[in-house]
Amino acid sequence: MGIEPGRLHFSWISSAESTKFVTVATQVTEAVRALGPNTRFIQPPLAEVA
Amino acid sequence: MTSTTAILREIAARLLSSGAVEMVIGFRQGTIPMMNEPCFVRKPDEVGHLVWDSHCGINLANYLTDRKEKIGIVAKGCDSRNVVTHILENKIRREQLVVIGVPCRGMADKRKIAMKCPGEILRVSETATAITAEGEGFSRTFEKADVLQHNCSLCIHRNPVIYDELAGDLVEEQQGVDRYADVRAVEEMTPERRWKYFEDLLAPCIRCYACRNACPLCYCPTCFVDESRPQWVGKGQDPIDVRTFHFLRAYHCAGRCTDCGACERACPVGINMRLFTKKLEKDCRELFDWEAGLSLEARPALDQYRPNDPNDFIR
Repeated sequence: MGIEPGRLHFSWISSAESTKFVTVATQVTEAVRALGPNTRFIQPPLAEVA
Repeated sequence: MTSTTAILREIAARLLSSGAVEMVIGFRQGTIPMMNEPCFVRKPDEVGHLVWDSHCGINLANYLTDRKEKIGIVAKGCDSRNVVTHILENKIRREQLVVIGVPCRGMADKRKIAMKCPGEILRVSETATAITAEGEGFSRTFEKADVLQHNCSLCIHRNPVIYDELAGDLVEEQQGVDRYADVRAVEEMTPERRWKYFEDLLAPCIRCYACRNACPLCYCPTCFVDESRPQWVGKGQDPIDVRTFHFLRAYHCAGRCTDCGACERACPVGINMRLFTKKLEKDCRELFDWEAGLSLEARPALDQYRPNDPNDFIR
């Protein structure tokens, strides 16, 4: 639907796999940070009501 | 009157007078040309309302949801696949139904015809291969193949997949159809290009939900767009909300959509939202070897686990 590849990740981590969680979370963070801030699916904030 | 119409009326009259069904769901002439409407016949002497021609595009499976009585339903190829889906999803029981199958040669796209005519169309008639539209001071004849709905021109299941009665001889299925050329074109775009493409595609949407209402799959008592607690999606014209509606609706139809074209046909602004459901149809076919509504025995893709299901995308 036009979202950059690399912004969406899937993983299956059991509650017992703490090290895998750390690894995946780090990788996801790095991958997304490399892409920069998201520009899609962002709603502009509502205008201030006077 | 086409011979199919005559056979349909005969079958409906027989079923109603023998008490085999309490109601027959079919089509009757609409109030304006090329807009046939659903028709619920309860008495044998009312079967004269039923018609069949190239303007019966509405998917009648939509009217079966949670019905309790015995029903005779007129079903072309795609309708019959949605009847199967309804039975699999427990929205109707097979024993309640007498499926009156109609082998289908495709439905006409009223927009294509209207665009090729210089004024308002007042009368439409047809032969086996041609459709003639007449209005004030003009008469145009079209080859039926040139004015088919897009989904009908790509259809590979024209014959009903289940039926108890048959109104006409089975037709030859189209061979060698490339169903997914348009989906592949979108898949090949860069993410930026694709984002822009969908932006333009959905820009005219007025959020009337006609696509949802025409769809036999959209039978939820409360649709996610109508929920207000919590409110999943905004009600307005915000492009993000419009996008959320169309993408989510498509996902709700994953592995269920038969590409009957009811959504696109119902759209007042002519958005081709079938592109989304077709992408999911293509994925289901390629990843799970699944086509919706072909058999009462097979379980749908989303309802079945296989150890060799593709899962390369999960780390």
